[in-house]
Amino acid sequence: MKIKNLITWSRTNLFSNWYNSLISLFCIYLIIISLPPFIDWAFLSATFEGKLKTDCKTSGACWVFVKVWFEKFMYGFYPVENIWRINLSFLILIISISLSFFVKDKFKIYILFFLIFVFPIIAFVLIHGSFGMQIVESREWGGLALTFILAIFGIIFSFPLGVLLALGRRSELPIIKYFSICFIEFWRGIPLITVLFAAAVMFPLLLPADSYVDKTLRIAVGIAIFESAYIAEVVRGGLQSLPKGQYDAARSLGMGYWKMNFFIVLPQAIKTVIPGIANTFIALLKDTPLIVLVGMAEILGMINLAKANPYWLGMAVEGYVFAAAIFWVASYFLSSYSQRLEKKYSTEKK
Amino acid sequence: MQKSNFKNLLIKNFQWQNFLPQFLLLFFFFLLIFYFTKNAQVNLLARNITSGFDFLGTNSGFDVQFSLIPYDGSYSFGRAYLVGLLNTLLVSFFGIIFASILGFIIGISRLSENLLLSKLSHFYVELFRNLPLILQIFFWYFVVLRNLPTTEKSLILLDFLIINVQGFYFPKFIFTNFQFIIYGIIFAILTIFLLKYYSNKMFYNSGKYLPVFKLSLFFLILFPLVFAFLGSVGLTLEQAKLIQNFGIFNYVGGVKLVPEFLALLFALSLYTSTFIAENVRAGILSISKGQKEAAKSLGFNNSLSLKLIVIPQALRVIIPPTTNQYLNLVKNSSLAAGIGYPDLTSVFAGTSLSQTGKAIEIIFIVMMTYLSISLFISLILNWYNKKIAFISK
Repeated sequence: MKIKNLITWSRTNLFSNWYNSLISLFCIYLIIISLPPFIDWAFLSATFEGKLKTDCKTSGACWVFVKVWFEKFMYGFYPVENIWRINLSFLILIISISLSFFVKDKFKIYILFFLIFVFPIIAFVLIHGSFGMQIVESREWGGLALTFILAIFGIIFSFPLGVLLALGRRSELPIIKYFSICFIEFWRGIPLITVLFAAAVMFPLLLPADSYVDKTLRIAVGIAIFESAYIAEVVRGGLQSLPKGQYDAARSLGMGYWKMNFFIVLPQAIKTVIPGIANTFIALLKDTPLIVLVGMAEILGMINLAKANPYWLGMAVEGYVFAAAIFWVASYFLSSYSQRLEKKYSTEKK
Repeated sequence: MQKSNFKNLLIKNFQWQNFLPQFLLLFFFFLLIFYFTKNAQVNLLARNITSGFDFLGTNSGFDVQFSLIPYDGSYSFGRAYLVGLLNTLLVSFFGIIFASILGFIIGISRLSENLLLSKLSHFYVELFRNLPLILQIFFWYFVVLRNLPTTEKSLILLDFLIINVQGFYFPKFIFTNFQFIIYGIIFAILTIFLLKYYSNKMFYNSGKYLPVFKLSLFFLILFPLVFAFLGSVGLTLEQAKLIQNFGIFNYVGGVKLVPEFLALLFALSLYTSTFIAENVRAGILSISKGQKEAAKSLGFNNSLSLKLIVIPQALRVIIPPTTNQYLNLVKNSSLAAGIGYPDLTSVFAGTSLSQTGKAIEIIFIVMMTYLSISLFISLILNWYNKKIAFISK
């Protein structure tokens, strides 16, 4: 009976007519030539145990490489005894974000406030060090942690600027309006890599000769400004979706411009664009590895360094597959989360 | 509410609360610019770097490995800029073509009734969309193309394509009497215009519809072939040849595509195609079933309803976000700097900048170039959007 069901199922879904059968056979062929060799390479004949490249005697992947270099890939040249500080700051972030799922809507605003204004200070104090903790200069930061630090810094700091730009773009004051439009369109029109080059090479020329702004900070600010233009466009979408009656009602209650925007307009607008902001963050997370091109010791930079190590030559595949797995998982789950939010909000509206 | 134009707000309805924020914005903006310029002047003076764009005329002194126009170290920096720009446009052009083709195929496959095909395309989209582009470029370059066989052990496919670690070699097509093929194409296009006119006329008179697209394709192939035969056009393939020089084997001649170009092209096409596939899928899904049923009940056959009802409406949804993806592709081609493909960013903001030290001028030129390309594409998009917008009552 089961087999009969299977046959009917495959006849309706896979072999309904001659070209569908042909396509199905081709797909099966593609799966057969790609999947088993990959599983064999990655798991069955891979080496997991060992400390040296010579321990890898099988034909499969040499995960020993990733195991040995794991700390460097994750934290760069950050001092090993202080790694708990990075872990703690990410733990605080994860806990406060997951808290926001369980608390009532009323308290969510406090969590947002904490994330934007308090968390960056805590994270900076922890990661950079002070109050008696050993100071770790930002040039020693690296690995995946640096990628996440810059992406999170970028999204947090671009948010207030982006909101202001979105308001500015819809302002009735012509100079503010056209200034915002030019600002947004400028940053959206150029690739991130030119911004990074500008932050790394050009920006020091624009500051007084005796001042020194750390390269990591320059790049972080560059990313935040670049990203604020994208956030502005997302927020603008939310502002446009708001019915005009909301503005009129706020005005008729005697609210001024800022009061109206902060208490009536923005809370509603931002709620509808949370999926859009999540998508912007995903795009930023995928763009941040670009900092490797301006010489930051980001995870791809560490992999490039490790694969050029004379003891570990020819290990590029394992390193890239490892990084790919991390980014893929992060990006995939974030985007399915944002899609779920999108569905939730679109049904709430109806 | 009053019309918020410039004159009204600045002169007629003058109010301090409107004037002050605008004035402050401008004031601080110009203050910032003044501060930066001042610092830049002092810094450049201290480093003995002259400012200005004179350097564009001086000899660059560096070579690039891949260029569409003649170039070496004796050419100027201006020429280097042109080389970089052309390389960016080259990889963007082919990237857009491949990404579109792949994107359309995958997007349609995702809606296929064949379960295996739709799941496989879904997997493809999720796989390539969620990986950083720079990682994909590194993967294609360092893992795939750098591990191809050496020159002596090249893979040769059908005596046509030669693949080795140095790149891909295609034979060069050398035509004699090439002009006859062009005459053929011109003749075919003229015929197609006539055909279109005639078929429109026939459609209005009798309601019959000629298969214009199929006939056009047929003419476009037939006429150049006939003309080539009549004009005795000759075609020779100049295959790349293996030459040993001082014990080192090398392929010479033919059309060579360097691995940097290929890695960038593969990564850009695959990455962008996933977004285009999603656009295509959304576009086709946006057509309500009623449209197809209405077309059917009006007696349209399947291909006609697709052509006259479904595709024109789906394109309305597909084209604007897809144009944005093309724009992203052009901007993303700047990641070439990661593997040393001599595009605008790596030739100009990379090599030229380190040669001259003129960071401000060069970054300015590069940003303005990308900005112009972006604005140009946006202009075309806006024009198109206006053209196709539903005329609302």
